[in-house]
Amino acid sequence: MAERVLVKGTEAIGEAAIRAGCRLFFGYPITPQNELPEYMSKRMPEVGGTFLQTESEVATINMVYGAACTGTRVMTSTSSPGFSLMQEGISYMACAQLPAVLVNVVRGGPGLGDIQPSQGDYWQATKGGGHGDYKLIVLAPSTVQEAVDLTVLAFDLADKYRTPVVIIADGVIGQMMEPVTFPEFRDLNTLPKHDDWALTGANGREKHIIVSFDIDPYVLEKMNLEIVEKLRKIEANEKRWEEYKLEDAEIVITAFGTVGRIAKSVVEQARKEGIKAGLFRPITLWPFPYERLEEISKGKKLILDVEMNMGQMLEDVKLAVKDHARIEFYGRMGGVVPTPDEILEALKKFLNV
Amino acid sequence: MAFQVILKRPESLTQREFTYCPGCTHGIIHRLIAEVIDELGIREKTIAVAPIGCSVFAYQFFNTDATVAAHGRAPAVATGMKRARPDLYVFTYQGDGDLAAIGTAEIVHAANRGEKITTIFVNNAIYGMTGGQMAPTTLLGMKTTTTPYGRKADNDGYPLHVAEIIKEARGVAFLARTKVNTPQDVQKTKKAIKKAFLAQIKGLGFGMVEVLSTCPTNWGIDPVSALKWLEEHMVPEYPLGVFVDKVGDEQ
Repeated sequence: MAERVLVKGTEAIGEAAIRAGCRLFFGYPITPQNELPEYMSKRMPEVGGTFLQTESEVATINMVYGAACTGTRVMTSTSSPGFSLMQEGISYMACAQLPAVLVNVVRGGPGLGDIQPSQGDYWQATKGGGHGDYKLIVLAPSTVQEAVDLTVLAFDLADKYRTPVVIIADGVIGQMMEPVTFPEFRDLNTLPKHDDWALTGANGREKHIIVSFDIDPYVLEKMNLEIVEKLRKIEANEKRWEEYKLEDAEIVITAFGTVGRIAKSVVEQARKEGIKAGLFRPITLWPFPYERLEEISKGKKLILDVEMNMGQMLEDVKLAVKDHARIEFYGRMGGVVPTPDEILEALKKFLNV
Repeated sequence: MAFQVILKRPESLTQREFTYCPGCTHGIIHRLIAEVIDELGIREKTIAVAPIGCSVFAYQFFNTDATVAAHGRAPAVATGMKRARPDLYVFTYQGDGDLAAIGTAEIVHAANRGEKITTIFVNNAIYGMTGGQMAPTTLLGMKTTTTPYGRKADNDGYPLHVAEIIKEARGVAFLARTKVNTPQDVQKTKKAIKKAFLAQIKGLGFGMVEVLSTCPTNWGIDPVSALKWLEEHMVPEYPLGVFVDKVGDEQ
């Protein structure tokens, strides 16, 4: 039986990355995620890896680009304004089809915002963020254990599909301490080698090139179509979600990450008061589990979407639910975390009870 | 009687024809880099990082693994590569718009960290690919499409002396400014490029060669006049020389 240890979310993500075989971390300090690079700066030398504090988030993402070109597992973490600065590089990586894991511990925004937990980067993470046609796999943990598990999954998905994968968390997930079970250390020799495309020196083979452009629009369109085809595969195979007490539910709360966790308490309280509520929590924000949510929504009295933003996932919820059920939204912004009581109150208001 | 080959295309260049304008010295500098890589025997362990700008297609010309970095970010990309694979040799090829404007932060910090990478910095005092706008290195009084009355210090700032800035960074192992407008200077440039690579091979730190180059198309003069213009106008502003040399003469 694997040992359970009490750790902070950011450090848990760092340790999980190391166990998944990541030996390269580039990062620039920004609150509230500094414990992650700090943890990596201590741990990387212990496992023969490299930690580098960069001059900016712009440099960071381009170092990640360079490391990923060699086919090596690489990671960075940041928070909202830093994630914005990385978007150009992320767009380049999406087009060049480079695998990497990017952690965004989301804080209040837009602009400088504040350093409190928020979910205001949903659109940026799931709808592109940078220029051009692309999407990234986006994973949203709601517990520290899930953050550990999704970090390992993120590296495997990045390698499998040659794409950057985003782990989207917030200050609550990052700062919370919970007991977790870590996976075993991955044997580095068993990691994907990427000999077919990586830049490792043209030793006895034709040169490899990795570019995110072609001056001929017909060639670039072909490159774009390759990415589209990959995205369709990801949509078909990688949708993940959690269902909680939905079997007999009349009301469905949709929420992700930290709010998904709070919503579980709301479901419990609502049921105590005779309201049959359940929870649908997307784990992959992209690809979004549209089909399953549509199925669930049929015949329901109410779908209540709750987020720490102005209703960004709400657009995907609406696309999924169509006109099968009434949809309402409750959100807090600016780094305010909604309490179970106020969500329940909102739910009752919408139900007129 | 048998013929002996005394000069051939370097193995580190592909068969692809250069796409540069007539009289542009990118081609000469490319060839020098390729000859150095051949002579050092590192072609199969080298990664080229091409920039944004005229030399964006350099990835097609070097017969090594290669990528193209975002505008100005080549030193960061090269840092990521070198940190991932310290056993490989990584070089960036950058113009003045790329390295001296949008990419100043990355080059200064890569140099200061002593990244074991090599940078070839081609300074022709103008933006080439975008059509001849002012560069940070544009000379005072020089007319470009965005300084139609000539560059004025009080509005546009002064020509940026990159080598002089970089030389203060303690991670630099080799740093020189050369030119390629005469055969002798071409040979001196090759020697400097070799040393910049040796700084990396020997693990001494960051190596950079700033090469004064021409842009007849955007300067609006013929190639021969351009070589002369470089000598008469650029050299006084950008003095040649070896600024840092921790490599030494033994090879």
